Amino acid sequence: MDVRLLTLNVNGEQHTLAVPVCKTLLEVLREDLHLTGTKHGCELGECGACTVLVDGEPILSCLALPIELEGREILTIEGLMEGGRPHPLQIAFAEMGAVQCGYCTPGVVLSAKALLDRNPMPTRQEIAEALSGNLCRCTGYIQILDAVERAVAWVRERRLILEEGRS
Amino acid sequence: MAFEIIGKPLPKIDALPKCTGETRYADDLQLPRMLYAKILRSPHAHARIRRIEVSRARALPGVHAVLTGCDLPTRFGILPVSQDEEALCVEKVRFVGDPVAAVAATDEWIAEEALRLIEVEYEPLPALLTLEEALRESSVRIHDYGDGPNIHKMVSLEFGDVEEGFAQADYVREDIFFYAGSTHLPLEQHAAVAHYGPDGKLTLWSSTQTPHYVHRALAKVLGLPPSHIRVIATPVGGGFGGKSEPFSHEIVVAKLAMLTGRPVKITLTREEVFYVHRGRHPVLMWIRTGVRRDGTITAMHVRSFLDGGAYGSYGVATTYYTGALQTVTYKIPRYKFEGVRVFTNKPPCGPKRGHGTPQPRFALEVHLDKIAEDLGLDPVEMRRRQIVEAPSLTVNWLRISSCGLRACIDRVVEASGFREKFRRLPFGQGVGFACSAYLSGAGLPIYWNDMPHSGVHIKIDRGGGVTVFCGSTDIGQGSDSILAYIVAEVLGILPQDIRVVTADTDLTPVDLGSYSSRVTVMTGNAAVEAAEKLRRLLFRAAAERLDVPEEQLMARARRIFDRADPQRGLDFAEAAQLAEARFGTLGAVGSYKPPQSPRRYKGAGVGPSPSYSYSACVVQVDVDPETGFVRVEKVWIAHDVGRAINPRLVEGQIHGSVYMGLGEALMEEQTFRSRLGLHKAPSMLDYKSPTPLEMPEVECFLIEAEDPNGPFGAKEAGQGPLLPIPPAVANAVYDAVGVRIDELPITPEKVLRGLNDKARGGSGRVGPKSIPSLAWPEPIRVEPPPEWRDVPTRSS
Repeated sequence: MDVRLLTLNVNGEQHTLAVPVCKTLLEVLREDLHLTGTKHGCELGECGACTVLVDGEPILSCLALPIELEGREILTIEGLMEGGRPHPLQIAFAEMGAVQCGYCTPGVVLSAKALLDRNPMPTRQEIAEALSGNLCRCTGYIQILDAVERAVAWVRERRLILEEGRS
Repeated sequence: MAFEIIGKPLPKIDALPKCTGETRYADDLQLPRMLYAKILRSPHAHARIRRIEVSRARALPGVHAVLTGCDLPTRFGILPVSQDEEALCVEKVRFVGDPVAAVAATDEWIAEEALRLIEVEYEPLPALLTLEEALRESSVRIHDYGDGPNIHKMVSLEFGDVEEGFAQADYVREDIFFYAGSTHLPLEQHAAVAHYGPDGKLTLWSSTQTPHYVHRALAKVLGLPPSHIRVIATPVGGGFGGKSEPFSHEIVVAKLAMLTGRPVKITLTREEVFYVHRGRHPVLMWIRTGVRRDGTITAMHVRSFLDGGAYGSYGVATTYYTGALQTVTYKIPRYKFEGVRVFTNKPPCGPKRGHGTPQPRFALEVHLDKIAEDLGLDPVEMRRRQIVEAPSLTVNWLRISSCGLRACIDRVVEASGFREKFRRLPFGQGVGFACSAYLSGAGLPIYWNDMPHSGVHIKIDRGGGVTVFCGSTDIGQGSDSILAYIVAEVLGILPQDIRVVTADTDLTPVDLGSYSSRVTVMTGNAAVEAAEKLRRLLFRAAAERLDVPEEQLMARARRIFDRADPQRGLDFAEAAQLAEARFGTLGAVGSYKPPQSPRRYKGAGVGPSPSYSYSACVVQVDVDPETGFVRVEKVWIAHDVGRAINPRLVEGQIHGSVYMGLGEALMEEQTFRSRLGLHKAPSMLDYKSPTPLEMPEVECFLIEAEDPNGPFGAKEAGQGPLLPIPPAVANAVYDAVGVRIDELPITPEKVLRGLNDKARGGSGRVGPKSIPSLAWPEPIRVEPPPEWRDVPTRSS
């Protein structure tokens, strides 16, 4: 088995690992780095549960090879909290009933984060499109969309307050 | 009385850890020295195992153990009457995917390589892949037990003389329907980790809805004393009924841990999950109803044919469920039910959300829509006029303790503008209406006994912290949170003051599991009882200290105080310390057992429940006559939940039920290649399910017809709201384009076939045309309750 020494930037930390070249990012995150917040539902790129962000873009970690990701910024669900404080999306998901079994949640939250980073004021339709690669069997997606809308509103309110403070 | 916690849309107690990735599901567990297991599965739909050679696999470096059927020969199964599964097949395989051998190795890659080194010599047998084939080919036997060749179960029940009822009818109609099989498709694949210690004790962590039944099966198959086995259900990443019985991989991984002395983990692949299945039974149904001119039902006769797949699973219960609940929505004075479950060489079917009732509900509600049209009646009013009374007994002796169906109907009909739209929208657009009912837990346990169905144990520590122990399993529906809300309400504290410990057979009192929509009602009642016992102790101690009569005390907002003078009170923690000093260590238990069924007869075990929930819905669709594509525009649904302990969670259950009902109505189907028995689409891409883009707007109405048997009046919400969706979609498609698709799923291909048939002068109906002829057994005749002795007479 061909094993390479790689340095991966995950959640802002550098990890140097000996990785078999055929091992997926999903496997390395879960098995080598013990970041089990990234889930697997199919390992074929179909369900979206393993979504992580690479340089801010959502990718399916079950289809990504770490050997191609050296020097890139990898963000998993564990890296979304700042100083122990949950991200507004995480709070909104918890408060709005967007989490039932929770197995799709990390992937959905990260897909939503990528959307909000590029489009801070998405419509409900744009949210649905951005999340259409993340399957959820529990919620019927409704409270998930509600939660993203709630997070959008919070972020907007916060920005308005900051702007008012400045002016 | 106003509640502090009950009825509030609070977040679930476990929601935030699920959002931060902290929650540990079964496959997230990692133990030192852990090995990984893989199972070799049959490539044949039906074959005899001639020989298995494992020496090459055993010799592979990194392999620690290899198991075959002879290592685990004891049969098991969820129902006592269908102990027909082997952890690894001994003599025969019965479907593609049947487990044959297993390996434990230092990693999954080595385990997989070892599977390739196992040689199995099979003698292929004829595979029976359809219900009709299985009934016809009686010389081939999938199992050597049952009610006939390849017949797992055959039942026949008659409540009152059904012919007497038909004789009083002005109009009698017969229809045939088919409801395709579908699978649960939980996002989390089944996974389990086993640990066997030098003390001879086994621990199994598993993604299961029913740790209690897994505990029983492990003891039976492994031959260990139950007291040496601990089963812990990890947070379940989606169940929907698919993880509610003991599975081969749970037993295998335990045995491998015992053999190797090392922890062993197994996680099924997505493809394996499709084959392990236990999903919705494909059911062919025949229904005959007699009505008076005004639509009043005088008699109903239902026949159901279930394609059970290769093993028993819950199938006997499923069979009865296809006939049990027709009577709990509308008054049916005479009723006959005949059902048969057939073995076929396909993955075993079992319970999926609604367990055996969505299929006949689809048939019944479309059938009633047709009857209303035949008689020129308003389909809403025809149903509304004959809703069951509460309290009452149905003709098959089910006790209705509350019914909010009328309010459900009125809300959705009004909100959707159904009356203004029905038969009036332009071609291609339509609305459909349907109602349903479901049970809040089964009245009888799977293993009949006199013990409680649910137990709760509560302890209070000196800082005022409260821990609730209960065997129930949170599968995402929020049962852990429900326990916290209820205990917080009774003790006057906040949900965040409560730690909930659930689903651990060593630590928690038995709860039978998360199935049958039983958890809120049963654990809720047990939790109320335990919490009230503790509150009495706290009040007694507080009353002495405050010099206030106990009856005058109140617990709220972390205080116990005088109702008449709220300033006069104690902190909850202070009261707890006083009570501990006065009475000793503080703890209390509560338990729940459903009320006894009013009548016993063979088959009476399925159907009784502490209460029934009710739903009504209107679905609006847009059908493209060029492509046959059905787009659901909007769903209005009202659900009688008795009382919403947490309305946001109830709405979440309704949304999820609507979603799953739409999937089954329009796209989801387990399909197999003929002869080979291979699943056609064992992947999440090919097995179509709705995405956020297919999900329509859903307007929910919660109806609270408080039930005397529910905690705070609550009834179920997790399954019932799925039931009216498929028939409402079918009725809406008919309203839109005038074709009856009597067969689910309603695919564009079927809609086009109906439209083409209609264009050529046909009826436009698409669906099964006949049912197999079968020698039904003499029915068990059950005298109806006294109020049903007379049949409404024919219109004059």
